[in-house]
Amino acid sequence: MPQTAQNANQEPEVNADLIAAHGISDEEYANILRILNRAPTYTELGIFSAMWNEHCSYKSSKKWLRTLPTTGPQVICGPGENAGIVDIGDGQCVVFKMESHNHPSYIEPFQGAATGMGGILRDVFTMGARPVAAMNSLSFGEITHPKTKSLVNGVVAGIGGYGNCFGVPTVGGEVRFDPSYNGNCLVNAFAAGIADTDKIFYSAASGIGMPVVYLGAKTGRDGVGGATMASAEFDDSIEEKRPTVQVGDPFTEKRLMEATLELMATGAVISIQDMGAAGLTCSAVEMGDKGDLGVRLDLECVPVREENMTAYEMMLSESQERMLMVLNPELEDVAKAVFDKWDLDFAIVGETIAEDRFEIRLHGTLMADLPLKALSGNAPEYDRPWVETPPAAPLADVPEIDPIDGLRALISTPNYASKHWVFEQYDTQVMADTVRTPGAGAGLIRVHGTEKMLAFTSDVTPRYVMANPYMGGAQAVAEAYRNLTAQGANPLATTDNLNFGNPEKPEIMGQFVGAIKGIGAAVAALDMPIVSGNVSLYNESYGTGINPTPTIGAVGIITNPEHAILDCARDGHVALLIGTTNGHLGQSALLAEVFHRVEGDAPEVDLVAEKRNGTFIRDNHELIKACTDLGDGGLALAAFEMAQTAGVGVHIDATDTATLFGEDQARYLVACNFDQAEALMINAARAGVPIETVGRFGGDNVRFGTSDAPLADLSQVYQDSFANALA
Amino acid sequence: MHAAILVFPGSNCDRDLKVAFEAAGAAEGVKVSMIWHKDQELPDGVDIVAVPGGFSFGDYLRCGAIAANSPVSEALRKHVARGGYALGICNGFQVLTETGLLPGALRRNADQKFTCKTVALDVATQNSVFTSEYSVGQRINTPIANHDGNYFVDADTLAQLRAEDRIAFTYVDNPNGSVGDIAGVLSANRRVLGMMPHPERAADAALGGTDGVAMFRALSGLAAGVMATA
Repeated sequence: MPQTAQNANQEPEVNADLIAAHGISDEEYANILRILNRAPTYTELGIFSAMWNEHCSYKSSKKWLRTLPTTGPQVICGPGENAGIVDIGDGQCVVFKMESHNHPSYIEPFQGAATGMGGILRDVFTMGARPVAAMNSLSFGEITHPKTKSLVNGVVAGIGGYGNCFGVPTVGGEVRFDPSYNGNCLVNAFAAGIADTDKIFYSAASGIGMPVVYLGAKTGRDGVGGATMASAEFDDSIEEKRPTVQVGDPFTEKRLMEATLELMATGAVISIQDMGAAGLTCSAVEMGDKGDLGVRLDLECVPVREENMTAYEMMLSESQERMLMVLNPELEDVAKAVFDKWDLDFAIVGETIAEDRFEIRLHGTLMADLPLKALSGNAPEYDRPWVETPPAAPLADVPEIDPIDGLRALISTPNYASKHWVFEQYDTQVMADTVRTPGAGAGLIRVHGTEKMLAFTSDVTPRYVMANPYMGGAQAVAEAYRNLTAQGANPLATTDNLNFGNPEKPEIMGQFVGAIKGIGAAVAALDMPIVSGNVSLYNESYGTGINPTPTIGAVGIITNPEHAILDCARDGHVALLIGTTNGHLGQSALLAEVFHRVEGDAPEVDLVAEKRNGTFIRDNHELIKACTDLGDGGLALAAFEMAQTAGVGVHIDATDTATLFGEDQARYLVACNFDQAEALMINAARAGVPIETVGRFGGDNVRFGTSDAPLADLSQVYQDSFANALA
Repeated sequence: MHAAILVFPGSNCDRDLKVAFEAAGAAEGVKVSMIWHKDQELPDGVDIVAVPGGFSFGDYLRCGAIAANSPVSEALRKHVARGGYALGICNGFQVLTETGLLPGALRRNADQKFTCKTVALDVATQNSVFTSEYSVGQRINTPIANHDGNYFVDADTLAQLRAEDRIAFTYVDNPNGSVGDIAGVLSANRRVLGMMPHPERAADAALGGTDGVAMFRALSGLAAGVMATA
């Protein structure tokens, strides 16, 4: 066993307090004793805690994640690697994932959000893909909460500060405010990259005695214990946790990407893994485990930027902008030259070994000696008790409201005002392939050097998921499907970022299970398999969970640019509504924001209708000038947003609140000229798709029935409300 | 025409600029070379050196300050001293002020925020190769994307720039507090242009704008060797 007693690095004795402080349960510790046949050293305890915490092990969620559809002819690589990979034809693929950085962002918003960007970008370029698009789904507490404004400012500046410098365009995302996030904001970052399908890199090590190489920035004490922190609930001691947040350096990340992609082109890389949560520990175990090999590390070779770092600290550091790779030893000089060119550290820190061992030495002293497979293979897995979320009480009467007053009230709230204050702080056009910047529906980029386009969207309506986890989960996928469809894109696949409260509470676990079932049903029906994802649990503060927020990031493709629906509504265009309107006001934006009532059930999601109506939109793209999906705020908000984007007025015939503000699913608003409208109605009748004329575009006013207001006035409210709320 | 694009660690609009040069100058067979910042010499026959946008050296110390001391910046100074053309966009403009090849400095935006959006510019002079295909007073739409685009020169220098007709572009609705609404300035010999807006992001109809194409078209016409004689 490791000789800790003789080591210059005197390690603390492993006792009950230390075990508890590492978040390891009695049952889990008994399991460790069984595996080792002895007590673990301090460093070993740290390694176990890093590998077995919720963040890395998915111990509460694994059972349910396995039920998600993850395959399809388009899928090259599903969950389990750094990111998912989907075929986009012509020998190319899109590599993408979404990941949360919630707890760090609440503690230190700028660095928390920045390193969230850094982590997700590394996941993508580690696989050999150059990142080409980013999105962010942000959930904050109510705007009047004393912490909210500083969190919004810090998180947005942190995302911009990292992504802009790195040089990836942010093309989409969401920003929402709700009291349930008062003590626990959500920062979900998405990144996508493009690679040649025959040049993808994986994490599985191969070959015995191969050098294990450390790349990138130096190791410091930042982030030690970060993954454990991310898996704990928040209370008043939260400020004390600030030192566990890492600090990002996008300039180093940019160099690391260029160096890594250059290195991959030389043939020197056998396998590669980025150092994210639990740094060196997780990355080394991952590479060994997937390659059925052991790993030996000599920690004195690790480039460090602080003095007297212990083995424990080096193994658990979450310093950013680092990678681990297994090198083809014949190309060591070539590899080193690439890293010299970019002024980055390159150090051989160990080797692959035949036995199933994770052997850590510091100046020759054995600090940890663990069976490597057991670290991931024997990680705990729980079948947490759960209870079905009770059905929502029926919705009491909703009074009629003057529709223009209702619209004005909605677009005056930071939730439904324009978010340009946010996305103008992100570089949305770097790389010069952005076809559609954020602000209206899905973002679009061109695949460089081709005519193909990729569409990106991220969606979830947490109110729906709270009321009805199954429907809410399905709705998040359906809305993503519609947002891609409204641009003329064919949905390809999805990534899920599942943010929930404490899974040890059966009602929270019930939300999780319900949402997974809904997501699973929807991705199966709409052929959008989940190819990557991330689970963030324990999003609670003072014992209250957030609204369940399973964010869906989705990618679609437009192979022929003529199939894209990119125009605006014009004066004289007809407004057509595709889909069935029943006037569902339960959990609607109008009810929550204007009547301050969070009541009723989520809208029903009819997946057959979603597929049929979406297919209809794509099949008839040449008859459609502009298209938007109907979501929060229903027909009224969709019609206004379409009018304000185009700078032309709109007249919708309906006057009643339920028709204008109801949030029935599987619906789109379409603008086209009179002849096209006629043809579209004929085609819809043939396809069995409900369609109706609901009004027309033109003039300078927004008019619902007999109530109206100048578009310019409403636009001003829409453009200014977000900044005013933050002022 | 042979354009050399300088690449510093942290440059991120280098490829975008190459694409814009090549697309506009396809008929003339424009040649574009990418020059790594550690290179001490430019290739023979370079007509114009372009310094791209991005975050050279992570914007550490001061935007453009470290890049201005890279080996290649000495080659850039020699090229300009010989009468060569140079174009700096965004971070490239910051590099050109830091090298002293253009007057003034770029300060943090007045609202302290990074700002990315398309803004309207007025063309203020036609008297340079860069602006020769525009007309004075022509309004063009060009994206900006920067945190430090707030151009400053003292009052005397501003008066001199105006007297010498060296202001190339002005903002219609000043987004960052720049003195005199200045978006781009020329050197005394009118062969060096620095500008914060990104003409290379307004050079493709598929991406929503083509108002930058005229600049790259005009530059494609630069004949090899012009700089040596002028």
